[in-house]
Amino acid sequence: MQLITAIVKPFKLDDVKDALKAAGIQGITVSEVRGFGRQGGHTETYRGAEYKIDFVPKVRLEIVVDNSEVDRVVEAIKAAATTGKIGDGKIWVTNVERIVRIRTGEEGSDAI
Amino acid sequence: MNYQIDSGATAWVLVSTALVLFMTPGLAFFYGGMVRSKNVLGMLMQNIFAMGLITILWVAVGFSLAFGGTNGWFGNLDFAFLKHINTVGELPGYTGAFALVIPPILFVAYQMMFAVITPALITGATADRLKFSAYAILIGVWAILVYPTVAHWVFSPNGWLFKKGALDFAGGAVVHINAGAAALAVILILKPRKGWPREAMPPHNLPFTVMGTGILWFGWFGFNAGSALAANGLAAQAVVNTHVAAAAAMLSWLLVEKLKAGHATTLGAVSGAVAGLVAITPCAGFVSASSAMLIGLLAGAVCYLCLTLKSRFGFDDSLDVIAVHLVGGLLGSLLLGVFSDVSINSLGADGLFNGGGASLLGKQALASIVVFAFSFVVTYVVALIINKTIGLRVSPEQELVGLDQSQHAETAYQA
Repeated sequence: MQLITAIVKPFKLDDVKDALKAAGIQGITVSEVRGFGRQGGHTETYRGAEYKIDFVPKVRLEIVVDNSEVDRVVEAIKAAATTGKIGDGKIWVTNVERIVRIRTGEEGSDAI
Repeated sequence: MNYQIDSGATAWVLVSTALVLFMTPGLAFFYGGMVRSKNVLGMLMQNIFAMGLITILWVAVGFSLAFGGTNGWFGNLDFAFLKHINTVGELPGYTGAFALVIPPILFVAYQMMFAVITPALITGATADRLKFSAYAILIGVWAILVYPTVAHWVFSPNGWLFKKGALDFAGGAVVHINAGAAALAVILILKPRKGWPREAMPPHNLPFTVMGTGILWFGWFGFNAGSALAANGLAAQAVVNTHVAAAAAMLSWLLVEKLKAGHATTLGAVSGAVAGLVAITPCAGFVSASSAMLIGLLAGAVCYLCLTLKSRFGFDDSLDVIAVHLVGGLLGSLLLGVFSDVSINSLGADGLFNGGGASLLGKQALASIVVFAFSFVVTYVVALIINKTIGLRVSPEQELVGLDQSQHAETAYQA
């Protein structure tokens, strides 16, 4: 099993969610994060003083999938989250050692 | 009672009392929205607490020290705990042309709300680093030594500045110059916030600030027009002047901001409005509407341009109390010497542009300087003593964690 972590632009969340549902994914976890990559921040002005805000708001999605699903899901996210402009985000895949469904105690692929 | 109670006036001043009180929580949110979220309760608490402490002190000794007796320099304790207030013939000095048409106890209540909000203004300058216990002691002492003295000199018809002919309709000197000077004195001892000026500390909740401004603007009708102490044309003139000055100042601030910083901002709009309201405070019942407009236009522009004073001189006036209240109050008090018009208020005087020459302007300058100097010096000494004893400032760890947690064991937003 693999954990797919995706950082995307906040307004793209709905598109990505719809694409994941269409791909048959039944569960995702979403969190609001801040970060920067090469996009850099922006400036805000308060009472004449300029502030360089380094961090940009993003949304992080975490999805656990079977090994066989990884490539398909990554492509789905990438297609839905892309705008072509800087700051679109990143997707990375890590290994999941063990997964448990709390309610039933099922493990492994049955728990996804 | 030696005089007739006017029910219209009484009703209006009753309402104004509530309006002015409402300005203190309004100020709390105006400032609260501008600080970082870890300090929002600290800011709100300081403002709300003033409603508690200053009220008690005002009833106990403050009112009497401000309005008791006939001495030009000091009040007395004739009215301590408001004794005699319901049987006194007339309040000292409020006789003849200055006779009140409202019950004396209402005058006490109305003036109390001014006494409450004035020290609360200081919290904007000292934001994010003032220890709560030190703040409580500071404003408590200030409410006995400074505010009633200045109110006595300027507001009371027996006060020496009043007798000299200095004018202050609703508190340009008594409230704004007074609080501004005090704020400057405290922050010179308090020193800047950790991280200032390099670290970005943007407002955490500008919607609060906008809401607070709405409440302040609304309440200011009570602050300025209520000061007519009558329900008449003068009060109505003050309403118009107040509103027009706020509007004009908002526009001029936005214009200058757009030209200098590139954007017209929400914070700029509300700050401009407040600057106009501050500047018109001494003038509200003495000038024409067109003069009020000019005063507002100038206040918006001048106060904006004064924002950079703090970085130029290296003092951390967190929320620009000096640029808005001190400068705005000074500007308004001096412009009163220019625009004052006896045809608006026969108890006033003609200013420079209305045929009065520089006489009134000179008196306004005198009052402004005297109030500034007195408030600055006394507050500086009091703050110094507090600093040497219990310390004014929170510890660096407490400042990092934030006032909410360190001073009050609370978190504003349970995320």
